[in-house]
Amino acid sequence: MHTNEISMLINEQIESISTNHNIVKINNLNVYADSHQILKNINLTIPKNKITVLLGPSGCGKTTLLKSMNKLTDLYKELKVTGNIFIEDDDILHTTKNVPSIRQKMGLLGQRPFPLPMSIYKNISYGIKLKGIRDKKLIAFSVEKYLKEVGLWEEVKNRLNQPATSLSIGQQQRLCLARGLAVKPRIILADEPTSALDPISSKIIENLFRSLKEHYTIILVTHVLRQAVRLADHVVFMYNGEVIEQGSPNTLFNTPKTQKLKEYLVDGN
Amino acid sequence: MKRSKKTEEAVFKILSGFATYSLIVILAFIIIVVFVKGFNALTWEMVVKTPKGGYYYGGEGGVLNAIMGSLYIAFGATIIAIIIGMPSALYLNVYLLRHKKTQNTIRYILDALWGIPSIVYGAFGFTLMLYLGLNASLLAGILTVALLITPIIVRTFDEVLSTIPKGLHEATLALGSTRTEMAFKVMLKQGFSGFITAVLLAFGRGIGDAASVLFTAGYTDLIPVNIDEPAATLPLAIFFQLGSPIPEVRERAYAAGAILTIIILTVSLTARLFSRQYSKSNIN
Ligand SMILES: Nc1ncnc2c1ncn2[C@@H]1O[C@H](COP(=O)(O)OP(=O)(O)O)[C@@H](O)[C@H]1O
Ligand SMILES: [Mg+2]
Repeated sequence: MHTNEISMLINEQIESISTNHNIVKINNLNVYADSHQILKNINLTIPKNKITVLLGPSGCGKTTLLKSMNKLTDLYKELKVTGNIFIEDDDILHTTKNVPSIRQKMGLLGQRPFPLPMSIYKNISYGIKLKGIRDKKLIAFSVEKYLKEVGLWEEVKNRLNQPATSLSIGQQQRLCLARGLAVKPRIILADEPTSALDPISSKIIENLFRSLKEHYTIILVTHVLRQAVRLADHVVFMYNGEVIEQGSPNTLFNTPKTQKLKEYLVDGN
Repeated sequence: MKRSKKTEEAVFKILSGFATYSLIVILAFIIIVVFVKGFNALTWEMVVKTPKGGYYYGGEGGVLNAIMGSLYIAFGATIIAIIIGMPSALYLNVYLLRHKKTQNTIRYILDALWGIPSIVYGAFGFTLMLYLGLNASLLAGILTVALLITPIIVRTFDEVLSTIPKGLHEATLALGSTRTEMAFKVMLKQGFSGFITAVLLAFGRGIGDAASVLFTAGYTDLIPVNIDEPAATLPLAIFFQLGSPIPEVRERAYAAGAILTIIILTVSLTARLFSRQYSKSNIN
């Protein structure tokens, strides 16, 4: 009993110490498809509790980089991933830890929402139950908490048992965000999360990200330059499978070093 | 240019509309013929009584033996086919998600199985039955029909599962689901209406097929009370009575056909309603 609690406390202590600095560290990451190389020798560190924006023209490998981080590249037989990706000091490409527990460290928000085929309530409780929580009251409490966290509670509290697909696309996207947060991740992976949304819904998501970074590390993929300017604490510019430049938004946007980034800043909307 | 497009559009609309409506007319025509020809024989007695002595010469009785036999066989076979077919379709779309070649080979084999005529299943079931030392019985009929309809369940459900967008797989796995959880908690629900369609198709094929039960289920005037007893079936009841020289008996064949049609329509409607209700509260 006692020893268990103590070891739990110690573990938490260790976890918080080890995650103080860079929560994600990528070394020499290469991703190969059957016929070509999608990502070329990626080296990155991602700062904790900041918004890191992955910027670059479409097809440059942003989505693939994001999918490598939570091992969704496993779904594609043709993809080979080599190198190291450290998530909180676990090398997820070589660890023996089970994949679901690694993925639960990250919440994924896709280009468009994919609600689970169940009610609004169950969309949130699904992940909570996966964490092994069975207590009904605790689940109900958490569902409310996370729906509030994404500002959806007032809109849906009287229709929690309706199917999630009855919500608007913007609401669905916030539901998907809440669903991801309910699994208590450290990191949010967002792949062009506003590209299917209207301007108002996009604004809501952007504002949510600003407040969420207090507790989460956010990695945001976008090809919208203005969104990057609005949100980024740290910018990674990718081109044709490579990281070309990275640094503070101020440096990258005001004094780009490479020709590629200069061109992108001029042409890319 | 513009005008020819318009003509093309009009011609296509008429042709395709004609094709669609002629199908509906044909269906209505079949149902009407069966009901009109069987109308005189379609009595309550027909539904609630088994054949009495002299029934096949126009004597008293009904086809309750065949109704019950068909229901037993079709439900039994459908349950077995669901138990085997539902996980198979999920397996194809979850565990073989990355293995396109294996997936396609299995689909090809299932399509071939679907296409094999039911008389071949009947002959195979017959051989298997003799090999196992079984008699023509409810059990042999159920097993043979299960073989016949399992590929239908797998492939029909599989077709629907395969249209589920990759994004939903990714979202589900990203939450930390295992593949099994993804299969049974998400894919099954997302594809539920397709699953119902699959079960209905299979049930309809199973209850309507004569050749697969001809040698395997046998025929009897009694309602089977045990799984090793022979069982009559509606398709065979139709077949035997239609061959009779006596007009009243031939009318009974159509009446039996009408009963079979009613059973299929009832089961189909109930399942659709159930499925719609389910989807309303879950998907949309
Ligand atoms: N599973 C795959 N197999 C082969 N090529 C792929 C696969 N996934 C992505 N690609 C290719 O990798 C490149 C980068 O894709 P992606 O990561 O989606 O780019 P982005 O998100 O920046 O638009 C593209 O050229 C794309 O065609
Ligand atoms: Mg992309």
